[in-house]
Amino acid sequence: MCRRGFSHWIYVAPALIILAFFLLYPAVHTILLSFTDRSGEAFIGLANYKFVFTNRVMQTALRNNLLWVVVFTSMTVGLGLALAVLLDRVRYERIAKAIIFLPMAISFVGAGVIWKFVYAFRPASVGQIGLLNGIVVAFGGQPIGWLIERPWINNFALIFVGIWIWTGFCMVILSAAYKGIPKSLLESARLDGATEWQVFFRITFPLMKSTVAVAATMMLITVLKIFDIVYVMTNGNFGTEVIANRMYKEMFQFRNFGRASAIAVVLLLAIIPVMFFNLKRFREQEAIR
Amino acid sequence: MLRKTLAVLLVLSLIGVVGWAQQRSLVLLGEMAAQEAAAIEATLDSFEAATGIKVETIWTRDPALLTTRIEAGNPPDIVLLPKPGQMVSLVEDGLLKDLTFMKSQLEADYGQAWLDMGMVSGTLYGFWIAVSNKSMVWYSPAQFAANGYTVPTTWAELIALSDQIVADGKTPWALGIECGGATGWAGTDWIEDIMLRTAGAEFYDQWAAHEVPWTDPKVKRAFEVFGDIVLNEDYVFGGTTGVLTFNFGDSPNDLFTDPPNAYLHHQASFIEGFFTEDFPDLVPGEDYDWFVTPSIDAALGTPAFGGGNIVVTFSDSVEAQALMRYLASAAVQEVWAARVGYISANKNVNMNVYPTDIARGIADSLANASTFRFDASDLMPEAIGAAFWTAIVDYVGGEDLDTVLEMLEAAY
Repeated sequence: MCRRGFSHWIYVAPALIILAFFLLYPAVHTILLSFTDRSGEAFIGLANYKFVFTNRVMQTALRNNLLWVVVFTSMTVGLGLALAVLLDRVRYERIAKAIIFLPMAISFVGAGVIWKFVYAFRPASVGQIGLLNGIVVAFGGQPIGWLIERPWINNFALIFVGIWIWTGFCMVILSAAYKGIPKSLLESARLDGATEWQVFFRITFPLMKSTVAVAATMMLITVLKIFDIVYVMTNGNFGTEVIANRMYKEMFQFRNFGRASAIAVVLLLAIIPVMFFNLKRFREQEAIR
Repeated sequence: MLRKTLAVLLVLSLIGVVGWAQQRSLVLLGEMAAQEAAAIEATLDSFEAATGIKVETIWTRDPALLTTRIEAGNPPDIVLLPKPGQMVSLVEDGLLKDLTFMKSQLEADYGQAWLDMGMVSGTLYGFWIAVSNKSMVWYSPAQFAANGYTVPTTWAELIALSDQIVADGKTPWALGIECGGATGWAGTDWIEDIMLRTAGAEFYDQWAAHEVPWTDPKVKRAFEVFGDIVLNEDYVFGGTTGVLTFNFGDSPNDLFTDPPNAYLHHQASFIEGFFTEDFPDLVPGEDYDWFVTPSIDAALGTPAFGGGNIVVTFSDSVEAQALMRYLASAAVQEVWAARVGYISANKNVNMNVYPTDIARGIADSLANASTFRFDASDLMPEAIGAAFWTAIVDYVGGEDLDTVLEMLEAAY
């Protein structure tokens, strides 16, 4: 039985080869390219990385990605959790959940186009065509350039579109976890005199913690790569640039392979700790089982 | 029985292979507006019918499409490039085929200025179609008459007219620079038009080639003259927020609302095809017309500047060469010129085919301009051209001008 020579490699080989070819090779190639000039031929050291961290637009992009990470992740997971727990108590749960989940079925680009209409600006002297400014004007306000006003209004307007799409997804995952908690546990706590807040923070939330972590890391990875919404709605103008959109511009518009690769590597490095954390937690859970 | 079936199958597959081999086809990719694309599309049918060569067309506004296909080793056969700067880099990469095979045809059909702009170090690589004049201000003669406004001939008169319109409680300018991934280009046209009138064609060439820095006072002055209009909240419909959010193609429509939202619109000749589609009842010469962007420094006059699409080929196949010859011919370009919003650079195109006096006038202005310059933002390297667009967006958005120009200078 103990012929642990070579044979197990044969079984692993196909997976390893595919992994090496489609994942390892491109990653290594990108890292090498990030040290080269625009054509990807001459070695220029760390100049591209200097660009990534000192160029003004890149700094805006890094700042905005941080804003996206914090606001988007906390809002999608927070709202998803609140909806999962609260909707469990109402009769129209299914319909409400279906409606909230619906944006998930729309592509980022489609959502971007839809919300561009919602945010549309026309001067106060003529009729509004955008829903949001229509409401603002109806209540006597002045129309606002939602996608123009920097740095907060336009960035939050974009982030809101992301939240609108992904909250439903978090809600569905967290709702499944919530429904997996034995109701007898919650009821006995209530019988013992626990308030609803105590039930939530002492019993429900601790039991859902691992699922919340999964949802949060998924959102984190999604948002670090955020591209479509920004590309469609502002193309990074007006101080709304994000890392992935900049990478796309450097690569496909300016054909600067070196810079685009350096940006990609920075993005990769930013995602690695999240994945590491995810794996570690996964192993711990396996160990408990 | 089996043998018979096999024989039939063999014959069928042979026919299939031969048929497939004979179905010669070309891919044509164009980065241009829908109106112009429709005009070209319309003439390809007869090419297909006459030659049996199928032409697959791809129309896009996204420059990334061509880059992607090149990188994938699958370039289109023929491309209508909006930027001559791109032609140069494609030639340097050894991707384009020269047009020596049709040199005599082009020399008979095109003026020297246009031929020169299709050459890379003395060799012909492209010819021009769908050209445009960009030194134009559109207005409505009917509205001007109703309000007692007159067409200005100097910049001072233009500003005086703008002030008069404001004094009447109206808004003079319809201006929008939104254009998806290319937002800002409409503003670069303003800067270029102004610079030709404040600094002259010679300085313009130096600036386009980056022989003078962006921080040069003359560059700054061109931005400031533009700023006098665009940053004046009373001058532009919707204020600067409007300028940044309105699509360039929709903004001239504000001249034709009832009552008009604005009275003046600075845009290239192709815009006629946009607003006449939204307002098909407009009568050219009565409801809309244009005047040359007035001179600022009288000594420099009113140089024309514009853009166009340059046709280049990645293939030296017989099929591709046939299509290149076909597209360059005056007969085909006359069919396009008969459509609204299309101007031909082919000098043998009969002036009578243009649908309106307006189009004829534009074609004439291009042929007879004492000085003609190409859109500089299209001559600059891709990254700089795009940085120029962004600079316009930042400047209109309220960014300090010196900072904007320093950023542009740092982009090299």
